[in-house]
Amino acid sequence: MFHIVVCGGIVPDPLQTLEPVKGPAGWGLKNELMLPSILDPWASHALYEAAHLAKAVPGSKVWLVSLGPKAKLQQVMMTVAQKAPFELVVADGPAGGFVDSFEVAEALFAAISGIAGLDASKLLLFGGWQSASRGSGSTLQILGEKLGITDQFQGVDKLTVGADGSLEVMERIEGGAYQISTCTGAPAALGWATGELPEPPNNPQVGMANMRLVMPALQKAKPAAVNAAAIDYQSVTLPAQKRETRVVKDTPVDVIAQEIIDWLAS
Amino acid sequence: METILFCAPVAADGTLAKASLEALSAAKTLAEGLGATLAVGLFGADVAPAAAAVAACGPVFAVTGEAFAVARYATDAAALEALAKAASATIIIAADDSRVSRALPGVAARLNGRIDAHVVAIAAKDGKPLVTRGYYRQRMTAELTRAARPWCVTVSGGCYAAYDGAPGQASLTDVSVPVTEAMTRTTIKAVVAPSADEQTIRPDAKMLFVAGAGWTKKQGDGAAHVPEAGQLILGFLGKAKASLGSSKSLVDMGGEGESVLPFLTHLHQVGQTGATPRHQKGLATCCHGEEPHVVGWRFITERRAVNLDAACGWAQGKADVLYVADAFEVMRRVNELLG
Ligand SMILES: Cc1cc2nc3c(=O)[nH]c(=O)nc-3n(C[C@H](O)[C@H](O)[C@H](O)COP(=O)(O)OP(=O)(O)OC[C@H]3O[C@@H](n4cnc5c(N)ncnc54)[C@H](O)[C@@H]3O)c2cc1C
Repeated sequence: MFHIVVCGGIVPDPLQTLEPVKGPAGWGLKNELMLPSILDPWASHALYEAAHLAKAVPGSKVWLVSLGPKAKLQQVMMTVAQKAPFELVVADGPAGGFVDSFEVAEALFAAISGIAGLDASKLLLFGGWQSASRGSGSTLQILGEKLGITDQFQGVDKLTVGADGSLEVMERIEGGAYQISTCTGAPAALGWATGELPEPPNNPQVGMANMRLVMPALQKAKPAAVNAAAIDYQSVTLPAQKRETRVVKDTPVDVIAQEIIDWLAS
Repeated sequence: METILFCAPVAADGTLAKASLEALSAAKTLAEGLGATLAVGLFGADVAPAAAAVAACGPVFAVTGEAFAVARYATDAAALEALAKAASATIIIAADDSRVSRALPGVAARLNGRIDAHVVAIAAKDGKPLVTRGYYRQRMTAELTRAARPWCVTVSGGCYAAYDGAPGQASLTDVSVPVTEAMTRTTIKAVVAPSADEQTIRPDAKMLFVAGAGWTKKQGDGAAHVPEAGQLILGFLGKAKASLGSSKSLVDMGGEGESVLPFLTHLHQVGQTGATPRHQKGLATCCHGEEPHVVGWRFITERRAVNLDAACGWAQGKADVLYVADAFEVMRRVNELLG
């Protein structure tokens, strides 16, 4: 049986236009609180994998731990809560990418330390292997260290649990290859890539059950102490270069193909 | 004064990976810019050939032994931690390959330091180290510095030329790391790589070929031609020795029981929730992406696209050339010309 803690932040819907702005609390996004948000994509995969594993191993339980502004989290939970059974744990604070990963890990550590009944010897710490905001791929390892977990895996696409509780893990490495490892068992930290499971359909019943715990979790969320000055940003800019696209149309295929061949050889 | 430590795992054949040699160039550039001391930290089964190769860069600290040959978090983190302490490093620089990316953040935590990963440039400005990295999946770029030390930095591949200084006699300090039982709870069983023929992800290729969902859609004759699409794509990849990337839509189809190209996996996906590979050239075919998609070729220098639709999102303002044409016809002819 496992105690699975999934760490997942929220990020703006990828289809939104993003613009960096500097405010009194440091760098953020223009209209950040107005942008529609989603659960970070790779962390979402971690959540689906966690729910799947918890179902397969009786007695297991899933917590979703998130650092973010309460009001935004509440919105995101309306859909996420319908995907998989979990208990939400909230650290009320900034969700943006410009916050230092060490600061985020400390806030998550404080939140996880407050979970009643969490058994560290059964702990599987899950999360996305990178966020879609900071994209640093470092929060989970730092958090793992704080929790005393020294069996860590990143870019995980598959986890198989043996009858003895051992773990077999497939991690992405360079050039489309996988490294396959076994670990004697929990505790372990796994940063998920895409995993193997499709996004579960919305299940209103799961949603109702989750929401009973989501609302109290949001209400009792403690403000997280996050030092916005940990990183001294000199500038944040959008890539300015817009290319002059030459559009080739109504041109015979032979001519196009030859042009591509010449370009390949150049 | 800063002490900069360049760290790298040493491969089974005793060499350093290209990505590591690139990160070494970054470390060297920073050390020169700051007038700082540069040291090298190596770990692996046998580091002697690598130590000789980088001897001219500075003193070499080494953790050696069979336990450090494999890419395992617990032993890698212990080695990196010991190297940083032995060198009294204030800034630790390494490549952002899978092995270092897994272990170094935890090492930063152990050292009570901080980390910035996937940095694309590192420079000295007004006597301070300044790093450049992307946020929101490369949709914006920040320049930043920090007061906290030790400061760990991983450098992305393709941003610096690989170090190729003359080899020499390294001044080598052995750093001993006792291997405890707790460090070997994990065992590396295998590395599964597609065979050379099946390998379609080629990070060192000049050309990235991006396939979009259009390859599987109904074409002008009212039918889909998925098998032919597969042949055309594989044919091109083989002849041009190109690497394959795919849009999210196309990879996702595999999971939904649709007829889809059998050689595609999630590892091929480029974009917001995929990879952002670095290649000199990129050719996007049958892709109609918005921003999250286009992120996939942010680091492609020369970009061209083939699409039936002149408004193709991958192209307008983002590619150098857009061919408004049928990708089946174009790639069929390109493959013929490639012989
Ligand atoms: C949370 C989130 C994350 C995302 N992450 C990613 C990501 O990581 N990567 C990614 O790619 N997308 C991502 N997207 C999705 C992205 O926005 C697009 O929806 C998707 O990538 C579009 O795929 P496509 O271009 O292959 O397919 P389509 O939109 O179906 O476009 C097909 C194109 O093929 C063209 N076509 C058809 N037949 C031919 C022919 N014979 N010759 C030439 N052209 C032809 C059509 O004109 C059309 O433009 C993400 C979206 C969300 C919400």
